[in-house]
Amino acid sequence: MKGDPIYEVRDVKKVYHDRCVLDVEHLDIHRGEILALVGPSGAGKSTLLRLLNFLEPLTSGQIRFLDAEFDASHPVPLDLRRRVTTVFQRPVLLNGSVFANVRYGLRLRGQRDSAKRVEAALQRVGLNELARQRARTLSGGEAQRVSLARTMVLQPDVLLLDEPTANLDPYNVGLIEGIVRSLNQEQGTTLVLVTHNVFQARRLAHRVALLLEGKVVEVDDVHSFFESPRDPRVAAFARGEMVY
Amino acid sequence: MWAAGDRALSGVSFRDAAFVVVSGGCAIDEMLRGLIQAVQLVLKRDPALFEIVALSLRVSGAALLFSTLVGIPLGALLGLSRFAGRKLIVALLYTGMGLPPVVVGLFVYLLLSRSGPLGQLHWPIIPSLFTPGAMVAAQSIISFPLVAGFTMAAVMGVDPQLRQQAQALGATPWQAIWTVLAEARVGVIVSIVAGFGSIISEVGAVMLVGGNIEHRTRMLTTAIVLETRQGRFDLAIALSIILLGMSFLANVAMLYLQGRTFDE
Repeated sequence: MKGDPIYEVRDVKKVYHDRCVLDVEHLDIHRGEILALVGPSGAGKSTLLRLLNFLEPLTSGQIRFLDAEFDASHPVPLDLRRRVTTVFQRPVLLNGSVFANVRYGLRLRGQRDSAKRVEAALQRVGLNELARQRARTLSGGEAQRVSLARTMVLQPDVLLLDEPTANLDPYNVGLIEGIVRSLNQEQGTTLVLVTHNVFQARRLAHRVALLLEGKVVEVDDVHSFFESPRDPRVAAFARGEMVY
Repeated sequence: MWAAGDRALSGVSFRDAAFVVVSGGCAIDEMLRGLIQAVQLVLKRDPALFEIVALSLRVSGAALLFSTLVGIPLGALLGLSRFAGRKLIVALLYTGMGLPPVVVGLFVYLLLSRSGPLGQLHWPIIPSLFTPGAMVAAQSIISFPLVAGFTMAAVMGVDPQLRQQAQALGATPWQAIWTVLAEARVGVIVSIVAGFGSIISEVGAVMLVGGNIEHRTRMLTTAIVLETRQGRFDLAIALSIILLGMSFLANVAMLYLQGRTFDE
């Protein structure tokens, strides 16, 4: 499933109020893979996702994305930024219908005639019958599926998932994992998944990276990461001994 | 002119106006007569009434437009960003929200008077005292803090993650700000309604800087004061009912806009 690097992260640092929260020397993310970012709270996983989505400027270092290089003084052009999108842990839906929420990203891109694409995305997450319902009346699982649909409809090259199934029931976790997996397998979308759930990382990911205190400790294919880790901290994490 | 000659809104000054006390038993009759007269004035399309209504709408409409054009962007800026001096601006804004209109009127009067710092400049953009322009300036100062303050509160009430979510879905910074404003639209509309309500019913400032001059600066509120002071309670009530009706229609229009969602 691994292809050429779609991201090359080099010496990237992110500093908030004189505190370095992320310091990644080297991380490649390959086209078409599912990379799971694991680690305790405050390890810098969500910060890394925001940088990969170009939502915040780097403090230093470079990110090479789709053969173009960006650093603190070279912001990412809009057309490239729009090839990445994020599903956050808590879906923030607009005050409108489910349909309008899924159509939102397309309207941002000036695509008015998009009803069929919206309907197809809703069909894919099993919410086509709720298209006219107000989005804020949905359950947590349904809301997260709307959140997923509104990113899928954009057909991004890279989908970033920030703990998308946290606080969801097993049924919705299964649904969302199934959708995410098919998105990767059928459309070749590159996925970067932040998760606290070791089992989810095992189920979904091709490769896994452990972050601790803002640094990438180890990144390896899923089998090696869990079965023969090089770093003792990874072994502790795999055994579930790491305190979050 | 008004329906009957003795009902005309003449240019009687307040100094000359006689005070008439309504006995308690007649108050209901006066109100009923006022209601009937209000309907008659509207049905007969009384030119003097329409002149006053038109001026009221023109002055308050222009003031609301100015305060909206400045207040909504400022409120959005204060609600969306943090910068040095922000707290001071917010404190000033909150103070402005409680400014007594008559104090604003006095302030504008002193600024625009011939010996005032603005009045002596004689720039075409600066309005003269006792003109509709001066009344627009005073009403803009009254309504602007309300529009900005309520807009800021509405924007701050929107989920702070929405802006980031919008940008993650491909919004430009301006599209993300517009999305936040659209989500806060109920509060933004409330800010406009509050701004309109504060000036359409305001009398102290327009009386001071406008002077209540017949055919020039007479507004509904100043006409109501005049008619009341002259003892023409039924006419004053009729004007009050028309003022209330205008305010009601404006609010209904706002509610209609509020009902229309951002993208449905």
